Amino acid sequence: MKPAPQTPLLQVRELRVSYAARYRGRTVRLRALDNVSFDLAGGHTLGVVGESGSGKSTLARALLRLTAVEAGRIHFRGNDLLALRGTALQRMRAHLQMIFQDGISALDPRQRIGNILAEPLQIFRPQWSDAQRLASVLAMLERVGLEAQHLQRFPHQFSGGQAQRIGIARALIVAPDLIVCDEPLSSLDVSIKAQITDLLQRLQRELRLSLLFIAHDLPAVQLLCDRVLVLYLGRVMEIAARAALFQTPQHPYTRALLQAIPIPDPQRARARPVPIIGDIPSSLSPPSGCVFRTRCPHAIERCTREIPALRRIGDSEVACHRAGEI
Amino acid sequence: MSQIMSQTLLQIRDLSIVYPGARANVAALCDLSLEVAAGECLGLVGESGSGKTALLLAILGLLPRSAQVRGSICYRGRELLGLEARQFNDIRGTRIAMVFQDSMSALNPYMRVIDQLSEVPRVHGGLSRRAAEQRALDMIEAVHIGEPRRRARQYPHELSGGMRQRVMIAMALIGEPDVVLADEPTTALDVTVQAQILSLLQEMRGRTGAALVLVTHDLGVVAQLADRVGVMRAGQLLEQARCAQLFSHPQHPYTQALLRAVPRMDAYP
Amino acid sequence: MGRWQRVRSHRGAVLAGGVLLLLALSSVIVPALSPYDYYTPQLQFISLPPTLHGAHLLGTDPLGRDLLIRVLWGIRISLLIGLAASCISVVVGVLWGAIAGYAGGAIDALMMRAVDVLYSVPFVPFVIVLTVLFGHQLWLMFVAIGAVSWLDIARIVRGETLSLKRREFIEAARVSGVRAARMIRTHIVPNLLGVVIIYATLTVPSVILFEAFMSFLGLGVRAPLASLGSLIADGASDMQAHPHLLLVPAVVLATIVYCFNFIGDGLRDALDPHERP
Repeated sequence: MKPAPQTPLLQVRELRVSYAARYRGRTVRLRALDNVSFDLAGGHTLGVVGESGSGKSTLARALLRLTAVEAGRIHFRGNDLLALRGTALQRMRAHLQMIFQDGISALDPRQRIGNILAEPLQIFRPQWSDAQRLASVLAMLERVGLEAQHLQRFPHQFSGGQAQRIGIARALIVAPDLIVCDEPLSSLDVSIKAQITDLLQRLQRELRLSLLFIAHDLPAVQLLCDRVLVLYLGRVMEIAARAALFQTPQHPYTRALLQAIPIPDPQRARARPVPIIGDIPSSLSPPSGCVFRTRCPHAIERCTREIPALRRIGDSEVACHRAGEI
Repeated sequence: MSQIMSQTLLQIRDLSIVYPGARANVAALCDLSLEVAAGECLGLVGESGSGKTALLLAILGLLPRSAQVRGSICYRGRELLGLEARQFNDIRGTRIAMVFQDSMSALNPYMRVIDQLSEVPRVHGGLSRRAAEQRALDMIEAVHIGEPRRRARQYPHELSGGMRQRVMIAMALIGEPDVVLADEPTTALDVTVQAQILSLLQEMRGRTGAALVLVTHDLGVVAQLADRVGVMRAGQLLEQARCAQLFSHPQHPYTQALLRAVPRMDAYP
Repeated sequence: MGRWQRVRSHRGAVLAGGVLLLLALSSVIVPALSPYDYYTPQLQFISLPPTLHGAHLLGTDPLGRDLLIRVLWGIRISLLIGLAASCISVVVGVLWGAIAGYAGGAIDALMMRAVDVLYSVPFVPFVIVLTVLFGHQLWLMFVAIGAVSWLDIARIVRGETLSLKRREFIEAARVSGVRAARMIRTHIVPNLLGVVIIYATLTVPSVILFEAFMSFLGLGVRAPLASLGSLIADGASDMQAHPHLLLVPAVVLATIVYCFNFIGDGLRDALDPHERP
């Protein structure tokens, strides 16, 4: 079912995801995501950034239907993603793939790489012959910078970076419309991070990929993403185009985040202003009104009462009562 | 910046550490030599496997028994390698202290914060229990933990990651050490909390005048804090230089590659 | 070190394996070569003691039958029942546990309650009832043992499946479009094998002992066929006068059980995924 050409590839509206958690002996509901809305157009990359408790991993899992969604809508390729079941859900998976955080854990330790990569083809291209599948697997291996000899090996024989390449190959092999990347660089060493970022950039160009790039690593987000969404305690703080977010961030949290990132330049690093105070509140008891108010240097009385809605300020959408003034 | 005395506190010469392995021995450090002067911050940068943690463990005498160590580690002219455990106890925690990476496993989950903190002044400083607890409370305030009296009576799991790290820093500083070793103290923290902890480390250095050996894989962290930087790889110290010098004119190809690999963010402010 | 290298380096397990292999081979080859069989009474040779140079190496039983041959047959029967019943119980147990664990929810609850119910069946009365109803049949042993020995494996496998389910590569497989049947077949069961092999090798000796116990009670194999248990029963009744009739099968049974346990230990040390460095 081809979607109408102008409909964004992914539309998320008022998404809410909660978990049951035990706290001090009682079972409480932990709201991991609340009122999250955004669009992603085909051929674009949207970055999702946030710290612990922001809900970014929950977002990835909710989109891939690995976690139950409490409320909200998700439309993918024009179809209601949350209404899919059984075979229809399986068929959707050919169009929506994921790259996981820990490359090696995401691979079945008892299977050879060749089989792991061929599996999606066996499921979604059952009419293909073994030879066709093999050809496709080999082509994909080469594309991600690996070799034919790796086919016979097992996951534990690979390094973190190589395993991540395999994960990327597996996500790409059925040519999905959208790939969700759940912190794919987090468990890698610095030099390997750079290599994998390069690979993703190259693939973005060559294949015109649509990516939802979830990370806490802002420099990589700046390289790869067209637009960026900032999450804090499960709520959207700001959505903006790359240039706007990095040069003229509107939300106080976005500014604090950008200022906190270590810069490998002694002069600039030491000239920075003092970082914001306070710790990230627990998701079990989020602050009333604007969740960021406990750490915000610009908080006013209104911030305690009223949850700010996302509103447009120039090129950005900002959830702050005082955006535009500060 | 306070007057930096040029007195050398820690002198490491030709240190080699080999871990015996099942199939082959692993050389964690190879003929490493460096010095730490009083009051300075030495940043040691390296990726995983570079031997930086082994170095810190060696200084504190915390290597496993099976490790084969050669070379010399002198603290204020006194040889640390081969010291008896009892003699080490006078130095460890009081003269040389350590801040670990994983606060959850470095803190005793069954002891309240204040009890853990007051251990050092009681055992080593000979203070009475009351005095030690007061000292502990003072430290908790000094590291900017909100609601200090309440937090002091809590257990580690009741504190956030950032607060636990502050407790670790308090524990390291409470014995008034000359040298603080920090092993990736902010790696497990969120970026905004990391910025606070780095700022705290800077403040504490200024207040106490302690030297800081900061081990990390993050060049941005050393750029902010370090006076001198050493680059390690596979157990060897490849390059040592003053901080500004290393970033502007790196000599070793590995350092150059490392600097190139760090993504630069072109951003506000 | 590869997995098989680790197993081979556990010398006790290797030795135990060798002993079992020797016993198994002997139980097939020697009776074929021997002039004696296990069932023909030879009343001129009643209850002879073991003689190293004589015609009967281990002596004879009260009906003059060569004890060595009877014991070897006993080994055959015990191993046959032990291995066959264990295979069946492993297959049933693994499938049951993996399906229950992966499905979760009501299906899991139902399947595990069935296991609980079977666990509480009093065993010996159950076998007695079966024997009374159907007589002394070899296949009865299979049914009785089969009904019970898969329960432990089912529980273990279910537990392992529950923890496997949460691992990242299972989620990755789901994202790749893998559904329940394929997931269990391709991703769950192969990752359980380490645990299953360990418990399977520990099931075998308990099955053998169980069969021995049944035969000892007179419920197992029917004369003249002998299993180690029935030989022990026969020997026990004549213990004072002719101790060899009891000692020989008892020692052999103990050796077999001990060897299987040893192999199980060796496999656990080598294969236990939780102990992997």
